[in-house]
Amino acid sequence: MTTEYGVRFEYGVRFEPNLAHRKALGRVWEGVALLAILLGIAMLLTLLVQVFLDGLPYLRPQLFTEFPSRFPDQAGLRSALQGSIWLMVLTALLSFPLGVGAGIYLEEFAPKNALTRFIEINVANLAGVPSIIYGLLGLGLFVRGLGLGRSLLAGVLTMTLVILPVIIVSTREALRAVPASIREAALALGASRWEMVRDHVLVYSMGGILTGMILALSRAIGETAPLITIGALTYIAFDLRGPLDIFTVLPIQIFNWVSMPQTEFHQLAAAGIIVLLALLLTMNAMAIWLRNRLQKRW
Amino acid sequence: MEPIALDIRNLRVYYDDFLAIKDVNLSIPKNQITAIIGPSGVGKSTLLRALNRMNELVPGCRTEGEVIFDGVNIYDPRVDPVEVRRRIGMVFQKPNPFPKSIYENIAWGLRINGFRGTKAQMDEAVERALRAAALWDEVKDKLHQSGLSLSGGQQQRLCIARVVALQPEVILLDEPASALDPIATLKIEELMRELKREYTLVIVTHNMQQAARVSDYAAMMMLTGEGERSGTVIEFDRTKVIFTNPRDKRTEDYVTGRFG
Repeated sequence: MTTEYGVRFEYGVRFEPNLAHRKALGRVWEGVALLAILLGIAMLLTLLVQVFLDGLPYLRPQLFTEFPSRFPDQAGLRSALQGSIWLMVLTALLSFPLGVGAGIYLEEFAPKNALTRFIEINVANLAGVPSIIYGLLGLGLFVRGLGLGRSLLAGVLTMTLVILPVIIVSTREALRAVPASIREAALALGASRWEMVRDHVLVYSMGGILTGMILALSRAIGETAPLITIGALTYIAFDLRGPLDIFTVLPIQIFNWVSMPQTEFHQLAAAGIIVLLALLLTMNAMAIWLRNRLQKRW
Repeated sequence: MEPIALDIRNLRVYYDDFLAIKDVNLSIPKNQITAIIGPSGVGKSTLLRALNRMNELVPGCRTEGEVIFDGVNIYDPRVDPVEVRRRIGMVFQKPNPFPKSIYENIAWGLRINGFRGTKAQMDEAVERALRAAALWDEVKDKLHQSGLSLSGGQQQRLCIARVVALQPEVILLDEPASALDPIATLKIEELMRELKREYTLVIVTHNMQQAARVSDYAAMMMLTGEGERSGTVIEFDRTKVIFTNPRDKRTEDYVTGRFG
C-alpha cells in the first residue's frame, strides 16, 4: 500500500493555538457549573434550616404517641405514621413479586416482537404518568368497583399501580447489566433458560433490583395525590386495625396541619416533615448500602 | 480416516437475510483436535457455535442443513438444544467463570444436569474435573474463593474444568487463549493435547502457530459467493498438509502470512 501524498505534509495555513483564551473559556464554564450546584445546595439548606427551626420544638415523644387533635399541644402523627408504615410494607409485598416478575418475563423470556415492544414502551410511559391519574383509577376500580371503600387495602392497591412501572423498568435495567457471557456460560452447560435466570442472572442483579425497589417505595411514601383522590382521611384518632380499616399517611397529615391557621400547627407540620425526611433518607441510605454490598464487578 | 464425531452437511447460517456461512461440508474426526482457521469475519465462530446450537440464542439467526452427531441431526425438531449443549460443551474467548466459588462453578453444571450424589461424591467430582483441567494443585486450598479471584489463565482452565465435569463428547473452544499471555496459552495448549485422548476438540483460532502446534486437522475458511460476503470452508485436511502442501492457493497465501 502506498500513500498518495506521503505521511508528512504542509498545509500552508497559520495555526493560532490561542491557549490562554481556551483555558479562560474553560474557567468561565467551570464557574457557571459551580454556581448551579451552589444554588441547589443553598435552596436545600434554606429548606432544611427553616424546617428544623420550626419543627424541632415539636420533635418530642408525643409526636409519635399521640393522635391528631385540635389542640396543637396534644397533637401527634401516631395514626399517620402507622398508616405510612403499613402502606409501605403491604405495597412492597404486593409490588415486589408483580414488578420483578413482569421485569423478568419482559427481559428474559418474552419474544422480541412488535407486541412486546409496544408493551415495553407503554410500561416506560406509565412510569411518567401523573400519580393523580392512578388515584382516579384506584377510586373507580378499587374503592367503588371492588367496593373496598376508603380502606388501607384500596390505598395499597393504588400505590402498587403507581410504583409498578418504576419497579419493572428498574428490574429490567438490573437484569440487562448481567453480561451476555455469563448467560452463554450457563446455557452452554446445558441449563434451561429458567435455570440460568434463577441461579445466575437473578442472583447477580438482586442488588440492582432491590435498589430500584427501595427507591420506588420511597417515592410511594411521599405520594399524596392518589391517596387524597381515593379518599384517605385526614383525621384519624384510633390505631389501624387491619387492611380494611380507614387510614391516613404522613404527607396527608402534614398537608392538613399546614392548612390550619394556627402557627403551632405549622410547627407541627415542620416536625412531620422532619420525620418524613428521616424515613426517606434511611431508605435511600439502605438502597446505597445494598447496591455497594450486592453489586458484582465483572 | 478416523471415525467421525460430527458430520456437517450443507450447513448454512443466516443472520436475518444475511448469509453468514454457506454450504459447509465437514467431517470432524473423533478424538482429534480440529482447528478452524481463516481471516477475521469469515464466520469461524458462527460455524463453531452452529455445532452446539448456541447460534439460536442470537435473535434473527437461522440455520439450514444438518449436523449429524451420534447418528442424529442435532437440528432435528425433536432434538432439545439443552441436551445437545450438555453433550457438546463450549469454552469461550474471554474466560467467563460465574461470580461464585471455584467449587460452585463446577458443581452447578452437575447439579442442574441431575447429579444426585452425596456431598462426598460431589467433592470428588469437583476434584476430578479440576485435576483434568490441570488446575487442582493451584486451587485445592481455596475452593471456596470466588472464581473471579483467579488469574486469566486459571479462569480459562476453570471454564474448561466446568465443561469437562459434565463429561461431554465434544468440546468446542472459541479462541480460548486469545485473551491470555504466552505462558497461560502454553498451558491451555498442553491441556488440549491431554484432553484429546478422551474428547473430540474443535478450536477456532487466529493464531497460525497455535493451529500448527496443537491441531491434527485444519479447516480453512474464506469469503466466497456473490460479493465475497459469505464464508465457507475452502479446504480441509491434516494440519501438516494445510501448512506445507495446501491444494488451494488462497490457503497457501494465508498460512504463509501473505495476507489476512
